[in-house]
Amino acid sequence: MGRITLDKVTKSFGDVEVIPPLDLTIEDGEFTVFVGPSGCGKSTLLRLIAGLEDISSGQIRIDGNDATHVPPSKRGLAMVFQSYALYPHMSVRKNIAFPLRMAKLDKAEQDRRVDQAAAVLNLADYLDRKPGQLSGGQRQRVAIGRAIVREPSAFLFDEPLSNLDAALRVGMRMEISELHKKLATTMVYVTHDQVEAMTMADKIVVLRAGHIEQVGSPLELYHNPRNLFVAGFIGSPTMNLISGPEAAKRDATTIGIRPEHITVSDKKGEWKGVVGVSEHLGSDTFFHIHDTGLAETITVRAGGEVGFRHGDTVHLTPREDVMHRFDAQGLRIA
Amino acid sequence: MATKASRSAARVMMAPAVILLLGWMLVPLTMTLWFSFRKYLPLRGGDLGWAGFDNYTRFVTSSAFWPSIQATLIIVGAVLLITVCLGVVLAMLLDQPMWGQGVVRILVIAPFFVMPTVSALVWKNIFMDPTNGLFAHLWKFFGADPVSWLSQASLPSIILIVSWQWLPFATLILLTAIQSLDSEQLEAAEMDGAPHLKRFWFIILPHLARAITIVVLIQTIFLLSIFAEIFVTTGGAFGSKTLTYLIFQRVLESQNVGLGSAGGVYAIILANIVAIFLMRIVGKNLDA
Amino acid sequence: MARSVTSQRKAINTAVAWAVGLLIFFPILWTILTSFKTEAQAINDPPLFLFFDWTLENYTVVQERSNYMRFLWNSVFIAGGSTILGVMIAIPAAWSMAFVPSKRTKDILLWMLSTKMLPAVGVLYPIYLIFIQFGLLDSRLGLVIVLMLINLPIIVWMLYTYFREIPGEILEAARMDGATLREEILYVLTPMAIPGIASTLLLNFILAWNEAFWTLNLTAAKAAPLTAFIASYSSPEGLFYAKLSAASTMAIAPILVLGWFSQKQLVRGLTFGAVK
Repeated sequence: MGRITLDKVTKSFGDVEVIPPLDLTIEDGEFTVFVGPSGCGKSTLLRLIAGLEDISSGQIRIDGNDATHVPPSKRGLAMVFQSYALYPHMSVRKNIAFPLRMAKLDKAEQDRRVDQAAAVLNLADYLDRKPGQLSGGQRQRVAIGRAIVREPSAFLFDEPLSNLDAALRVGMRMEISELHKKLATTMVYVTHDQVEAMTMADKIVVLRAGHIEQVGSPLELYHNPRNLFVAGFIGSPTMNLISGPEAAKRDATTIGIRPEHITVSDKKGEWKGVVGVSEHLGSDTFFHIHDTGLAETITVRAGGEVGFRHGDTVHLTPREDVMHRFDAQGLRIA
Repeated sequence: MATKASRSAARVMMAPAVILLLGWMLVPLTMTLWFSFRKYLPLRGGDLGWAGFDNYTRFVTSSAFWPSIQATLIIVGAVLLITVCLGVVLAMLLDQPMWGQGVVRILVIAPFFVMPTVSALVWKNIFMDPTNGLFAHLWKFFGADPVSWLSQASLPSIILIVSWQWLPFATLILLTAIQSLDSEQLEAAEMDGAPHLKRFWFIILPHLARAITIVVLIQTIFLLSIFAEIFVTTGGAFGSKTLTYLIFQRVLESQNVGLGSAGGVYAIILANIVAIFLMRIVGKNLDA
Repeated sequence: MARSVTSQRKAINTAVAWAVGLLIFFPILWTILTSFKTEAQAINDPPLFLFFDWTLENYTVVQERSNYMRFLWNSVFIAGGSTILGVMIAIPAAWSMAFVPSKRTKDILLWMLSTKMLPAVGVLYPIYLIFIQFGLLDSRLGLVIVLMLINLPIIVWMLYTYFREIPGEILEAARMDGATLREEILYVLTPMAIPGIASTLLLNFILAWNEAFWTLNLTAAKAAPLTAFIASYSSPEGLFYAKLSAASTMAIAPILVLGWFSQKQLVRGLTFGAVK
């Protein structure tokens, strides 16, 4: 069980309001990702849920019970920190068993649960080592192990992958997703990386300056961004945003078109430009087109075999049916 | 990381230390202040009533006052000068590459760990004794007349003993500071053609300025209150009576608590003047 | 400075540094040597350096005559007791300052430091009176309390600078893992700070061991530690050089050994973190 409800939650540090009144419900078993640029308040929000910071006003409910004034140790939540925060003086076994020891479980039960977690996380061979002797990925797994043995009502992850190198990050991403499928426990995950958000989340919460910009499933956000900020933030490479006469022609202040929704051809098309940098990924090629008169650069996705060269003049045709239109306030026009 | 709960826990956990130190500071201080305005002679009638500023004026006008200030200043000043100058030289020497650096360090630091009563006694008897002391032997060897150090040259003798005790402290701190100097800076200066003396004057010394200030301030606070060294060697005789020792004598030997307390207030004021400067430096460092 | 120098230069450095080091260490060395001489050899003219009849008799005489062990035990009790008590009071305080800092933390730290600068002689009589009032004069407990109080600022400071190096996230992790404040300090913070706590204990033990104002003025016979034991050799027994040396060696030997372990921490502790 782990349904977390934030009801008009605010947070101020002194006179600075970092979280304006905010409502959010995280359903039981859901994998929710808080995403946003640095300084958007996503980590603060997570720490408020954890109880590591007090909320300034409003209410936090966990499974319907008011948890606003419950200390972090009594909220039944587990947290994985960015730095892993392992206890350096304890062996892996002791690290994982620590929450159980604090809960005064008997020794046999502690061992049973630690062994079980270690098996799930491939840590069985490392139980007697100290955290200092482990690689980054292993430390990460110990941190997760320490969280799962408690059988919490929800897991909180604070940018857990940002200290890993790129290859490991992809692997750990899969492992965490697997774990979520297996445990079916609520997970709240904070990241600044929209790729992590897109690949892992059931529900994404896009934050900016403490405000929720949009809440929805990854595809909802991708296909129906509610405003310019979400449109520009979700998706990689980012959506092409064009303002000016082309937008006015379509009754909008700004129009947005994803790179995969533009066809590129050497013969004919609606827009014209010059090929700049090409990124060949094998399966796809991304062209950065300049001198279109629309925006600084227009990014276009083409098949892996398409081979324009730097300086070639090309023609572009956008797909009108999947074009996004935004008004002067940056809001989506239905 | 702060919630209301953790902040109130922090206050509770700080309370014992704060309350104890507050008591330690305020209770005796208030009593000293109170006594300093009383005519208070425990062995000759006890508390004989209000004295106004009598004790304060009598303390400063007594014939022992100015000599004690002079002795204090000479001892503190000379020890500071000796320990800082030799400390810089020693620190630079110890920083050079050599064999057995660790052992030499230990030899140099050792005097700091000798308890003051021991070093005072050892110096007084084994070294400075006019008949059997090692110095006497040395003087005789060169055909000179042995000096009875602690009576004929009491201040230089005490300065020697105290400097010996505090030189390690200065050396150790200055050495730590020198080791934090970026060697590339020195090499750059060498490349620029700066000779040894200039490198010392323009790079090493400015780098050490802060450490020297700290050494001076901390030592001053300890040196103002040296006690055992005088208690054991001269007992305050032969012009070696410092302010601290004078107050000690007024309070415990002549049992004139009122007068001694007035002296104590002077000593507290003096120490606080030094303390303010030290706190400024330490406080600045806290922000960094 | 990691610079390569000619071995000739290095040899000169070595010679000069050893000469200076031995000169500074000489009084201690001489005291130790004298303690193994007979009284006659100790005042021999010319002085004997190494070639004398080594004897241990001074040590036995000193021990028998003045009950060295009792003074030693008093020193251990007073220095150890005051240090441990101080650390127990300082750990929670340092935790608060390092992990829940507020606007006033800096002021409190500096104020604590300022109490350390109160000249002892200025408050001698009040403390003396209080001690008589509470029957603490010439008691070990009294000295434990006083030495704990004069070293408490240093203890808090040292622990504070060590604690500040521990990432707060680890303590938060403990909190999330269900640890109470007491468990967080006992099972996570303290074991992690063991090196820092050990150096704090060591340095303050040394400072308390060598303290020679309060220990001389507040004890008579019962609770007198080694500082007072040595001061009692002032005269006329001070003229028995060999015995004086033996007593001195016994008083400083334990602390010299401990001191050599604490060189590094010494700087940090005595400059309140201002020089590292």
